[in-house]
Amino acid sequence: MIELVRGLPPLLAPHIALVLVALLAAIAISLPLAILVAGRPRLAFPILTIAGVIQTVPGLALLALMVAVVAQTDGLGVGVSSFGFPPAVIALTLYAILPILRNAITGLRGVDPAVVEAARGLGMTPGQLLRLVQLPLAASVIAAGIRTATVWTVGAATLATPVGQVCLGNYIFAGLQTRNWTMLLVGVIASAGLAVILDLLLGAIERALAQRKRPWLALGALVALVAIGLVVLPRIGAGESTGPVVASRTTPTAITKIRIGAKTYTEQYILAAVLEQRLAKAGIAVQIVESLGSTVVFDALANGQLDAYVDYSGTLWINQMKRAPGTPRWRVMVELEAWLAHDYNIRSLGSLGFENAYAIATKRATAERLHAKQIADLAPHARDLAMGGDYEWFGRGEWAAVRNTYGLQFKRTATFDPALLYDAVARDEVDAIAAFSSDGRIAANDLVTLADPAGALPPYDAMILLAPRVADDPGVTCALAPLRGAITVELMRRANLMVDREVDKATPAAAATWLLGQVQVADNCR
Amino acid sequence: MIEFADVSKRFRAEAWAVRHVNLTIAKGEFVAVLGESGSGKTTLVKLVNRLVDTDEGTVRVGGKDVRTTDAVALRRTIGYVIQQVGLLPHLTIADNVAMVPRLLGWEPGTTAARVSELLELIGLPEMRDRFPDQLSGGQRQRIGLARALAARPALMLLDEPFGALDPITRVALQREVRRIHEELALTTVMVTHDLVEALTLADRIAVMYRSELRQVGTPKELMTDPADEYVAKLMGMAKHQAEQLATVTA
Repeated sequence: MIELVRGLPPLLAPHIALVLVALLAAIAISLPLAILVAGRPRLAFPILTIAGVIQTVPGLALLALMVAVVAQTDGLGVGVSSFGFPPAVIALTLYAILPILRNAITGLRGVDPAVVEAARGLGMTPGQLLRLVQLPLAASVIAAGIRTATVWTVGAATLATPVGQVCLGNYIFAGLQTRNWTMLLVGVIASAGLAVILDLLLGAIERALAQRKRPWLALGALVALVAIGLVVLPRIGAGESTGPVVASRTTPTAITKIRIGAKTYTEQYILAAVLEQRLAKAGIAVQIVESLGSTVVFDALANGQLDAYVDYSGTLWINQMKRAPGTPRWRVMVELEAWLAHDYNIRSLGSLGFENAYAIATKRATAERLHAKQIADLAPHARDLAMGGDYEWFGRGEWAAVRNTYGLQFKRTATFDPALLYDAVARDEVDAIAAFSSDGRIAANDLVTLADPAGALPPYDAMILLAPRVADDPGVTCALAPLRGAITVELMRRANLMVDREVDKATPAAAATWLLGQVQVADNCR
Repeated sequence: MIEFADVSKRFRAEAWAVRHVNLTIAKGEFVAVLGESGSGKTTLVKLVNRLVDTDEGTVRVGGKDVRTTDAVALRRTIGYVIQQVGLLPHLTIADNVAMVPRLLGWEPGTTAARVSELLELIGLPEMRDRFPDQLSGGQRQRIGLARALAARPALMLLDEPFGALDPITRVALQREVRRIHEELALTTVMVTHDLVEALTLADRIAVMYRSELRQVGTPKELMTDPADEYVAKLMGMAKHQAEQLATVTA
């Protein structure tokens, strides 16, 4: 608990920075736009509609979309990172526009027409009318819109984690994936608390504006906001992850700092910690950027925004190379490594020694009842069975391959967070799941995996990938290469279970330490 | 001072607000523009300070075509008071009254002195630091008047200035407006739908009916020599009311 609270500032600072930058940008866009269209209903309607449509896009989808959009600008030579801060801040800005825009238009339209008429009659220019009459009178309604936007943005910013922006979402995503409810709660409470504090500050400004008699109150709240900004902004650098780390020299010892990525599940957190601990021993500082989307992390490595992470051969084979299942394990590895090196200058350090494959798993009782030993045995009963999978599974090529190869037609399918998938089958909410073969919960929940004799599911060897910047660095290679072939699937399952189980839970870092203690790899890199 | 030369204005294709109006108002005159709602009387007055621009004909103020002067600069030289007053609710009474001098870039000292002078003139010096919502309707309209007078305009446009006031306040304020008109030697054009107000306050009355100017004349001229049936009917009403009042007060 204390540890978690101590870990908050590095998440809180970039979170606040993200919110403040997005809000300022949204205000800078919305206010002039509102002034422009408030008196022109024909313009206001389509613009409010567009802002409204953006608002209906789910936050996570909007963030993911911005990664793709910002990536498109790479070709234009703008040099904006499609990872971390830029896509997150753009998405949050778009998100914050609607409440500010709508309130500003409402506020400007709500100004008493008699006051406007009188002010024009006095001889105010349109600019003076806006500055001296319309904006001051609309100010409290505009402030209310900014307040709404602030609360939304603080919440939505937690979704920036999967696109590579460190924020309070890191506690929430990692807490959910590792079933660490304390961590999840600390993240949620910090985010809610931040929303409440910012809301109170802005509320004070709003009231002062509405009453017009206590300018010092507005000033005080404004000073507080600016102070938060000043405390936070110099710290973004620490938590933020924009742009590649530029090596100062190209001497063999050039790499002293390295950025490691991790996807959104327990095994990834543990393996990132394994890499971190190996590199730390070799005197290389590590920053872990975790809970990233599956394609986000690969793109970040290819673009040099991350230096290393662990991926799985089958995932890259299907998702990145767009190849079909059915190729033997050794060929997948050879062709994949050649492709990575040739197309991306990415170096593979080879398999860690285990597979984390998709495997079709059922409860032992179910398997016995259906006399199912292999996937094909499910086919006669599939019409009465429900199938569960993670977010990606039903959209992946493997699912289509499994269905086609074994002629499966399930009664229904259901998508679960990977953290909840094993519970779902244990509680009979679904009959079969697409499990991860290295997950300790297969054994812990007494599940059995069904054989795949036709090879519909590709091999998924866990492999360390290195970005071009660090690929040839002797220090990095010396620290990480000994991990090749060192981790058996049994060890990985036990490490995963240490984190995932409900009692006597370990942190991913502790599980990583235990794992390294078990594998006893060489330690002579300094 | 003001001259309407064959002035027409329409807001939609066939809906004329003001049609072929010819009217000359001399310096120092107090003219009431009398008419029902929708008769075009408000539009006629807004043509003077260019809150509305003519479609046909010419409006001259001080001999100069208003279309050739900058609308904003023109309005700063003309006092303008409307029924709803339109004080700026977020500013104090003093700041409201000081608005036009400030827009004109007067010295702060001169502006402050002028504000005090005007608040004395309308009899509300103690209100200077209040906000509009702390004043009564009659007090607000006095402030509206003071604000319109701030930059020493020679011409005042009043659009139903007493419409929303109770009778006692209204009569008091009517006298005040007339007094200020004399005292400052203003030219005043007042829009009203109130027959008695027009008859008791104005030097001359311009009767608007269905977008047209039916007759211009002193109250006596309108009484004795109405130009058409509408004006005759209107004046008949006035006589009838006077007779009834006479029996009540006798």
